[in-house]
Amino acid sequence: MRRLLLKNLFSRPLTEPAPVPADVGEALRGAIARRLGRSLCIRAVDAGSCNGCELELHALGNAFYDVERFGIRFVASPRHADVLLVTGPVTTNMRVALERTWDAMPAPKWVIATGDCAAGCGVFEGSYACVGAVSRVIPVDIVIGGCPPPPEELLRGLLALLADDRRAPR
Amino acid sequence: MPALFIDDWAPVASHRGWPRRLAPAEGWRALGEALRTADLVLLGLWGDRDAVHAAVFHAPQRRAAVLTLPLAGKHVPSLGVFHAPAIRLERALQDLHGVTVVALPDARPWLDHGTWQCAAPLGDDGPAPGAAGTTGFLDASGPALHQIPVGPVHAGIIEPGHFRFTAHGETVVRLEERLGYAHKGIERLMQGGDAVAGTRLAARVSGDSSVACSWAYCRAVELALGIEPPPRATVLRAVMAELERLANHLGDVGAICNDASFSLMHAECIILREHVLRVAGAWTGHRLMMDRVVPGGVAVDLDDKARDAVQALVRRIDARLPELVELYDNTASLQDRTVGTGRLPPTLAAQFGCGGCIGRASGRDFDARRDLAYPPYDRHVPLVTVFTEGDVDARVRVRLAEIDASLRLIESLLTALPAGPIACLPVAPPTAMVEGSALVEGFRGDILAYVRLAPGGAIERCHLRDPSWFQWPLLEAAIEGNIVADFPLCNKSFNCSYSGHDL
Repeated sequence: MRRLLLKNLFSRPLTEPAPVPADVGEALRGAIARRLGRSLCIRAVDAGSCNGCELELHALGNAFYDVERFGIRFVASPRHADVLLVTGPVTTNMRVALERTWDAMPAPKWVIATGDCAAGCGVFEGSYACVGAVSRVIPVDIVIGGCPPPPEELLRGLLALLADDRRAPR
Repeated sequence: MPALFIDDWAPVASHRGWPRRLAPAEGWRALGEALRTADLVLLGLWGDRDAVHAAVFHAPQRRAAVLTLPLAGKHVPSLGVFHAPAIRLERALQDLHGVTVVALPDARPWLDHGTWQCAAPLGDDGPAPGAAGTTGFLDASGPALHQIPVGPVHAGIIEPGHFRFTAHGETVVRLEERLGYAHKGIERLMQGGDAVAGTRLAARVSGDSSVACSWAYCRAVELALGIEPPPRATVLRAVMAELERLANHLGDVGAICNDASFSLMHAECIILREHVLRVAGAWTGHRLMMDRVVPGGVAVDLDDKARDAVQALVRRIDARLPELVELYDNTASLQDRTVGTGRLPPTLAAQFGCGGCIGRASGRDFDARRDLAYPPYDRHVPLVTVFTEGDVDARVRVRLAEIDASLRLIESLLTALPAGPIACLPVAPPTAMVEGSALVEGFRGDILAYVRLAPGGAIERCHLRDPSWFQWPLLEAAIEGNIVADFPLCNKSFNCSYSGHDL
């Protein structure tokens, strides 16, 4: 273990520069930045996704994207969360759990619909077992499209929430 | 090859690939009895219009068959009463088709939580209004027992499912899973569309097994249509499938160690995983390679640049892997958590026909790439590693061995990459009903696909069985007697699919 740690200590970091934040509109960005400063706690709920979005959300934690350097954390409890990040076409079997998670979050709170399913049901449109877009169940503030959105897109969407004048795009 | 009792059953001519046979009236009972022996393994069980199908694999003779019991009414004899692994499949059969499985030992609904917009969505009479009732949990009571409900929303970035633990102090006495939260009605959505439209759904059955599931689906379609993808296409499919296996196994090894709070291994493994996804993304245009396996072949060719990138990736992982194995081997505090934890006895793995690294860590020497070989694995035979310990440690070691085996396979596949087209020419839609079945080895185990196309080419029935169906029940067995705090470790070492199972 020591050898591996030592080797890593003397190799160049893999972490890449931040991408340009997505455009979510001045009003929303200002509101969130004012309220939360530069930290963001996210509660992720899989409302029946294929797991593709989850894999890419996991990737945000690796050394290349290192989402925690921006003050963004995924938290275990909705009570600790500022943002609810939802994936999947909201299956009817998950609807109540999603509503309860949303209810359990303290205000102010925001919702990100992540992936094409959460944005508008995706390929599961028309199913007897899907409610469809997250916005049909709880109010959505930001949509990050993609099937699944690659980590860089996720990061662009998340940074948009934190962006303020001091963190001008490079 | 000695004949089996099912060889006398009448064959169905429209089914290609393995034989499909019609069971006589008392046939289901004979099948149930035969499944009790370890020789015959249940690969799947699903409903159809006026029929129920079971796919079986005979291990000594390495052959598979689909068996069909025609139904006259709404009652189906139970296989689960003889063979426990069939119970959840039959519960799902009841939910989806609105039939009654007679004498089913556990008749509670499974996928239907009473929220769907209809009942019996795949039933003969079309979907019915209303829905099944709620399900209770199995009983576990005693003065010192307490229950811990977990999910469907979990603490991490995980798929939805509910776990009901009954614990005696720290020790788990009983775990009961409740799944179905990710049920999206994929099989119904597939019906009526053509085979190409079905591909997009098959690729999204379980995002981590997109290539393998698409391959199983496409192979069933190809067998049904009587077409064969060109050699270059099958080799490229295998390269994608092995990249998918690499990415998932690397992620799993890291995540298992992370659940024992050994984050260094996790950090190292997810770097390698990211390299795999980036190479896959640069080559195919999609990091998870969704929609790249299509009926008749593949959607992207491998140019010299992409080939060099894949080869460089193999060298990169080759250089790092021994260090990671050494790190695992030399960290006693980590092995203190993994060795002896969550033991799955080989007898149970054999009974359930448990596939993938879970089965192979518990002595079940089966790999669809070798035992029901499909091109190109008939020429590129993978090295299959088997352990008998059946604990978390064995499941880590099988994965480490399979990472190495996949690297060797990719090397050999790329050296022998045939020239030529990457997909066969489009064929005319079938004029009669055609059907086919296939078994493809994903990173999680063998994925079963059955596809039937109506005259004109619309999908009449498509069934995709994720390996998790025969792994989830075993997690309940493996956790028994372990402490609650070791559940994440056991669960991650199984890494069953929720979405693939719930479909």
